[in-house]
Amino acid sequence: MARRVRGANPEALGGLLMIAPPAVYALLLLAAPLLLLLVYSFWTDGYLEIIRDFTFANYHETWTNPLYRGVMMRSLMVSLLVTVSTVLLAFPVAYFVSFHVAPNRKSTWLFLITIPFWTSYLIRVFLWKVILGYNGVLNAGLLKTGIISEPLTFLLYNTNSVVITLAHAYAPFAILPIFVALERIDRSLLEAGQDLGESKLMTFFRVTLPLAMPGLVGAVLIVFIPTIGDYVTPQLVGGPEGRMVANLIQLQYLRLDNYPLGSAIAISAMGIVALLSAVFLFMTRKYLRGPK
Amino acid sequence: MIPKAPIADQTMIEFRDVQKWYGDYHALRGISAKIRAGEFFSLLGPSGCGKTTLLRTIAGFEGISDGVVLVDGKDMADVPANKRPTNMMFQSYAIFPHLTVAQNVGFGLRKQRLSKDEMARRVGEALEMVGLEGYGARAAHALSGGQRQRVALARALILKPKVLLLDEPLSALDKKMREQMQVELIKLQRQVGITFILVTHDQEEALVMSDRIAVMFDGEIAQLSDAETLYRRPKSRRVAEFIGTMNFLPATVIAESDDVVEVDAQGFGRMTLAADQVGADAGHGTSVGFRPETLTIIQDAPIAGGREVPAIIEEVVYYGDMTYYDVRIEGTERAARLSMRNTFNRAVLDRGAAVRIAWSPAALILFR
Repeated sequence: MARRVRGANPEALGGLLMIAPPAVYALLLLAAPLLLLLVYSFWTDGYLEIIRDFTFANYHETWTNPLYRGVMMRSLMVSLLVTVSTVLLAFPVAYFVSFHVAPNRKSTWLFLITIPFWTSYLIRVFLWKVILGYNGVLNAGLLKTGIISEPLTFLLYNTNSVVITLAHAYAPFAILPIFVALERIDRSLLEAGQDLGESKLMTFFRVTLPLAMPGLVGAVLIVFIPTIGDYVTPQLVGGPEGRMVANLIQLQYLRLDNYPLGSAIAISAMGIVALLSAVFLFMTRKYLRGPK
Repeated sequence: MIPKAPIADQTMIEFRDVQKWYGDYHALRGISAKIRAGEFFSLLGPSGCGKTTLLRTIAGFEGISDGVVLVDGKDMADVPANKRPTNMMFQSYAIFPHLTVAQNVGFGLRKQRLSKDEMARRVGEALEMVGLEGYGARAAHALSGGQRQRVALARALILKPKVLLLDEPLSALDKKMREQMQVELIKLQRQVGITFILVTHDQEEALVMSDRIAVMFDGEIAQLSDAETLYRRPKSRRVAEFIGTMNFLPATVIAESDDVVEVDAQGFGRMTLAADQVGADAGHGTSVGFRPETLTIIQDAPIAGGREVPAIIEEVVYYGDMTYYDVRIEGTERAARLSMRNTFNRAVLDRGAAVRIAWSPAALILFR
């Protein structure tokens, strides 16, 4: 696109006017609360009111208290586990739809993939409870067929159930960017790979996978960033050991009425996610360059 | 055509009654042909004639429903694309966008497990061959169309294939670039001595570049011959119309023997044509055909060895180097197109002028 001259350009002015409402909206509802959160994190919780003296005490507490550190580490582990399993499971689905579904059927497949979004997230989490519970569908089925003689107890109210539920919830978010990246691959490149002597498998590793990387990176970030802050799933299916950082923040804010410590934990979690995402992007940067 | 050394009489590719079905669609209908080693061979035809499908059966991207494809005497039936002694230059060039020029060119060398230096040397040589020395470190997506094409060529030739397959390699280039690349490809082919098989829908490109050309229609080879024979002695009206321009005048056959045909053609009258001047009419009825440049409008002296017919100029189209005249020969119903070079001693004629046209039976083809 041609570079526009700045200043009294009516077209540029029109553009600014058009983005003004969402910009104001974002400022009020995103930037302002964030700023407030940041300010709170440097204050102290008094008995009845907030003591407005600048202090690092909350951060010190967040980073040294083994309880908070433990929850933070577990949250990271769960998110990583969810991310890895979601993306690994999403890739074959995206690959299948992109490479093995007839072009006129692809939109139907994508439509089917988005069906889980038709029900509320909360209801889907509850459904997993029904499936994974002690008297749930899975246990009942396995008992009936005689594969097990006692209901399995490791399915619900632990990290496993959190990972299973989140992986399912975020699957479409991972499938779609990978699908888009795969769709953009010129099919003659794969023929060229074979023509130049590589087997189908090696062509996949030398051509398809590197070219799908932008989609994979997108999928990883789209899954990783929101899951670490997920609050409903660990609350409902996580049990005591499945608690994650968002539950801790909720505890500080709503139960203990400690806004400053809650804010410090929230800001710390955000910082860690931002840092990890940045490191990940840096590591994969060579795959993200390319033709505009 | 650029003259070249005679080709060894050894078959590199052989098709034996190759059939290809896509469901109900019969894409290749019994192709049988031999392509010689070291030959520049073209598959020419309109889109949908099966030329690209045929090329892809050699590369191994397309299986065949029946028949045999042999490369260097070996049946390719169970040989996958990555094990065939052929390399392809794709229509889109298929340059890997995530790799540099050098990585693209060296892509196929991985299996040869060369040392880093040897690899760099080979890649450098290949780039030099196509006139891209020093481009190795460039990102592939930053190249122009012509450069991408050269990279694709280097990438295919570096593996020293027995056959190089070129799928409409020049169609994405502008006219000037295309003409330059045509000459470069011919020179390169002579230099490396590899069999080149070119797929094109551009008849001029095929005539310029090829030792031999197979013209394909509807999944069949309509004619297989060298460029001059194809142009001057087309075996059917369809081939004649596909390659260049040809005028047709109704004719009747009066008598025929094994060697000659006695013909009465509208406007020209009676004449005797040789047996190799006869082609199939493809349902249009018997006619004689001639190319625009083979007949001459007489302006001053009569042409030696020519017969003459009177004609009226109905339309004049001036092209600079040439002038096209639509002339109606006396006794015919439709105008025929003639082309004349605008030499210094020849004035451009006016519409409506009465002229005489010099012709010879040697310029005519009978379609029946």
